[in-house]
Amino acid sequence: MFRNQYDTDVTTWSPTGRLFQVEYAMEAVKQGSAAIGLRSRSHVVLACVNKAQSELSSHQKKIFKVDDHIGVAIAGLTADGRVLSRYMRSEAINHSFTYESPLPVGRLVVHLADKAQVCTQRSWKRPYGVGLLVGGLDESGAHLYYNCPSGNYFEYQAFAIGSRSQAAKTYLERRFESFGDSSREDLIKDAILAVRETLQGETLKSSLCTVSVLGVGEPFHFLDQETIQKVIDTFEKVPEDEAGEAGEAGEGEAEAAVAAAPAEQGGGGAGDQDVAPMEM
Amino acid sequence: MTFTIPIDNGDALKNAETDSQRTLYPYVTGTSIVAIKYKDGVLMASDMGGSYGSTLRYKNIERVKAIGKHSLLGASGEISDFQEILRYLDELVLNDNMWDDGNSLGPKEVHNYLTRVMYNRRNKFNPLWNTLVLGGVKNGQSYLGMVSMIGVSFEDNHVATGFGNHLARPILRDEWHADLSFEDGVKLLEKCMRVLLYRDRSAINKLQISKITEEGVTVSQPYSLKTFWEFQAFHNPTAGAQGSW
Repeated sequence: MFRNQYDTDVTTWSPTGRLFQVEYAMEAVKQGSAAIGLRSRSHVVLACVNKAQSELSSHQKKIFKVDDHIGVAIAGLTADGRVLSRYMRSEAINHSFTYESPLPVGRLVVHLADKAQVCTQRSWKRPYGVGLLVGGLDESGAHLYYNCPSGNYFEYQAFAIGSRSQAAKTYLERRFESFGDSSREDLIKDAILAVRETLQGETLKSSLCTVSVLGVGEPFHFLDQETIQKVIDTFEKVPEDEAGEAGEAGEGEAEAAVAAAPAEQGGGGAGDQDVAPMEM
Repeated sequence: MTFTIPIDNGDALKNAETDSQRTLYPYVTGTSIVAIKYKDGVLMASDMGGSYGSTLRYKNIERVKAIGKHSLLGASGEISDFQEILRYLDELVLNDNMWDDGNSLGPKEVHNYLTRVMYNRRNKFNPLWNTLVLGGVKNGQSYLGMVSMIGVSFEDNHVATGFGNHLARPILRDEWHADLSFEDGVKLLEKCMRVLLYRDRSAINKLQISKITEEGVTVSQPYSLKTFWEFQAFHNPTAGAQGSW
């Protein structure tokens, strides 16, 4: 996208019928670190890559509990994401208080989308720079939605947003048809595998990712590091041990990835410096 | 009975208008509602009378109405406040339907919404002068609850309002049991309504029994109960109470 004379205001249309400021806001989502969501008929798993400013700092929180039956993963401007999460929590709790019943996730995302739309039609506002993957349960089962800064929302079986999400999406596209009937464990495994795709060569460790689950009879909660590591261990052996071995199909994959890693990481490091510090 | 709150900002002229907006006493009232859970759902009985003080002025008032797909609302107390509540619920159900998303308000949600409304009005010293009974069935689960004009709210297997609390509930406590058949349920309600007819002066002999099950709502045509007035005790009612008063 190049600069043009129609991109200063969110309330200025371009001659081709585009609102550039809104599209630029969607670019901000692409800069954030990856967030992935997938659902079966009864469960929703949200996973994300933990990115930290530097080795000294802690990583940004990207997955939020909205209610026992709704969770959200964000990518883009985390500050915007936090504010919207607070709004979602507020809506959920108000509904719960008045009706003693959980807010259907489909209605929550419409409220969220309408809120985002307002920012695309006021000259004194700017669009939210964050994409939200909202997973939740309602009467009709488990749902996963993606809310866009443009005010659009879509329902998905599985989706990934943020930087290098295309790799995860490719992985998910190959597998999504089986997700509907997946068991909870398989769904979690697929989520972590999708996260691995976005790391593109970096060894997958439980410290690098955050995973959350919610489902029928299972309120939203985060998986602890141990559980995540156990899942990782089922498909990835520690590279140093395997350096000398050959001939095992699964490990072969990991080896090849490790071999490629040093070259990758050099290029990856330079790329990261272009990312603005407020976007994670 | 008057409800007054001291408004001490000295402007009697302005306050008079706001005072006249608050409900101070009921005018046209309905008497008891009696409701029970039974095998397939909930049964609710009410008579069709509207009293204007001690006059039985209106004899064709429906005090039980269907709400949405899953609930039945019965009210005793001020009829105009009941009508206002029906307007609130109409809007609520309309908005719920407009979502068109497979989710719908069940009896629990309606009951809690009404509890919030009643309690809020009570806090403003402007109550809706009703005791409401909310029954319904959703996803095979039966629900029966009550909200009073001061926002007291609870669920139970059988509820009654007004005089029903004193005359019907003892009968229900003794004779209600889970999984009543429709016929037994109606018999039990008629027994309660007969006692109310004999003893509650604002009751009339024209009642409707409403039923709600997973399939939907049915409201019976109005009918009367057979009464028997030849009990010895009725012949000389003051026989046991000699004295100057």
